[in-house]
Amino acid sequence: MTLLVVLEHDRGDLADASLEALTAGRGLAAANGWPMHAVIVGANGENLASDAAKYGAEVSHVVGHDMLVDFGPEAWGESVAQLARSIDAGAVMASGTERGNEVLAQIAARLDEPFVANCVTVTPGDPWEITRVQWGGSLLEDTTLVAGMKLLTYGHHSLEPSPADSAGDGSTIAFTPELDATLARTIVQDRTVLTKGVTLATAPVVVSGGRGVGSAEGFGPLEELAELLGGRVGCSRAVTNNGWRPHSDQVGQTGTRIAPEIYIATGISGAIQHWVGAMASKNILAINTDAEANMVVKAGHAVIADLHQVVPAIIDEVKKRKGLA
Amino acid sequence: MRILVCVKRVPAPGAKILVTEDGQDVDAAHLGFTTSPHEECALEEAVQIAEREGGEVTVLTLGEAAAEEQLRYAASVGAHNAVLIPTDGEPWDPQRTARAISQAITDLEAADGAFDLILFGNESADSGGFQVGVRCAYALGRPIVNGIKGIEFADGVASARREIDGGYEVYEVPLPAVFGVKEGINLPRYPTMKGRLASKKVEVASMELQADSGGLARVRLHRPEEQVSETVILGTGADAAGAVCDLLEELGVL
Ligand SMILES: Cc1cc2nc3c(=O)[nH]c(=O)nc-3n(C[C@H](O)[C@H](O)[C@H](O)COP(=O)(O)OP(=O)(O)OC[C@H]3O[C@@H](n4cnc5c(N)ncnc54)[C@H](O)[C@@H]3O)c2cc1C
Repeated sequence: MTLLVVLEHDRGDLADASLEALTAGRGLAAANGWPMHAVIVGANGENLASDAAKYGAEVSHVVGHDMLVDFGPEAWGESVAQLARSIDAGAVMASGTERGNEVLAQIAARLDEPFVANCVTVTPGDPWEITRVQWGGSLLEDTTLVAGMKLLTYGHHSLEPSPADSAGDGSTIAFTPELDATLARTIVQDRTVLTKGVTLATAPVVVSGGRGVGSAEGFGPLEELAELLGGRVGCSRAVTNNGWRPHSDQVGQTGTRIAPEIYIATGISGAIQHWVGAMASKNILAINTDAEANMVVKAGHAVIADLHQVVPAIIDEVKKRKGLA
Repeated sequence: MRILVCVKRVPAPGAKILVTEDGQDVDAAHLGFTTSPHEECALEEAVQIAEREGGEVTVLTLGEAAAEEQLRYAASVGAHNAVLIPTDGEPWDPQRTARAISQAITDLEAADGAFDLILFGNESADSGGFQVGVRCAYALGRPIVNGIKGIEFADGVASARREIDGGYEVYEVPLPAVFGVKEGINLPRYPTMKGRLASKKVEVASMELQADSGGLARVRLHRPEEQVSETVILGTGADAAGAVCDLLEELGVL
């Protein structure tokens, strides 16, 4: 048996999440006494075999076909399903990114096997015992898995990638799937990059506002502060629902997951669905009138006061220290 | 255009999420329920498409009898027809859920004609299995793309947008098609008084369906360990600005 890890990339540009998948896969393969293989679908995939080897893949299956240039969930799922069957893989896994979960679901549908999304720990045995994420991270589920072929993803960011002690030699095996022409219907046709540079997900500082901000205009000072600190503005779902900010600013389970050096959360109560999006922040400063608010209780630092007074005062002080006032 | 939207009823916890003593479910004794957010947006999208292109929206849910609340809510914001696949209240695993929903869709289409568009939420807010929509689309032999935050139509083709870090990608998918929709595609409307009243009269069709379970069996739910930190209070008013800036300097962001 073999453990097959699906790598995610665009024309040879590897997603960091795939290194997590290889790292997790290495442990899981060892626990089973199986070799780990990588599968790379799409244009320029062969360039990634050396990365896969560094992270412990014995072999990389390079899947080529006229249709397989850019990503397409059906074509990718069908290709990996065919490969997995042909090498009689014991398990197929990927990182729990948008694409990782989608491709594994496609494989699961095709093979009529269970699929376990966003695992945190996986212990092979009879049956396999798995802990996975629910509620975007607010809750864990212990579950057992009985399947012919085990299909799973590891929660993105649930572990740090690390190279293998002994790397593979980077050898590749070509695989050509048989693809029905209709599967071209879900292949990416166009890609547009809007923001270069700092996004909410990568900003070193996020200044966020919740219902306590009170209005769209109330975000003016938060924008000014974010600008002064080289950061971005975030918000809670209460704010998006009120139409005060676009959804692209929303932090949380159904918004963006952030990991700044500091998260400044003003007028946000800290509901679990917001918290799971913010909890990877290295430091949290809560500004809230309610000392009992969940955000305050969970933050490392807090100011217990009206944000409409505190935020302008912070702006003045920042300007003073920057020599702008 | 005939549009079907599949939604899920989920509890709406606040600062904490509690688990029942037997570990089998979220303790919802003191919680309200809502439609999982991605699906709420899928429904709004369907209603907007029907308003724009003409057509009819059917909302379907698999769940306990109380899920009728979410179907009526859907009707109050514009769904025309409502279908419930009743369960015993036990959570169904993703394979079982998908098998039942696929069967229901096949039956509905046999009776009233094919759906041009079927929308799911990208993933349910509670169990987050990321697969029911994909399994249903495959069973029906239709294309599906997940993560969709924009849909437009021209000449029988749906042009769908999916967010990627710092931008988006576009898929051109022929109808009939299925999409997994994400929150942010639109801002769902609130029900009007008229909508609320009308929703009381909508007939909820019940489809009793059996389906085999898949290979996953829940052992228990539990909360992750929390890191408890003592919160340092930097002040209680505008005069906290100095201490805040000291912290920002210490962290190297000022
Ligand atoms: C399935 C699901 C998914 C969800 N996903 C998300 C998500 O991705 N992101 C998200 O944010 N939410 C999400 N939510 C909603 C979440 O449960 C909360 O409803 C939401 O986060 C509350 O937003 P809030 O903190 O701004 O508002 P509230 O909870 O109303 O809190 C407002 C806070 O502001 C404080 N305040 C008021 N006035 C002032 C003032 N003048 N100065 C200082 N403080 C003040 C109050 O003390 C209070 O703590 C989700 C909910 C569900 C059910």
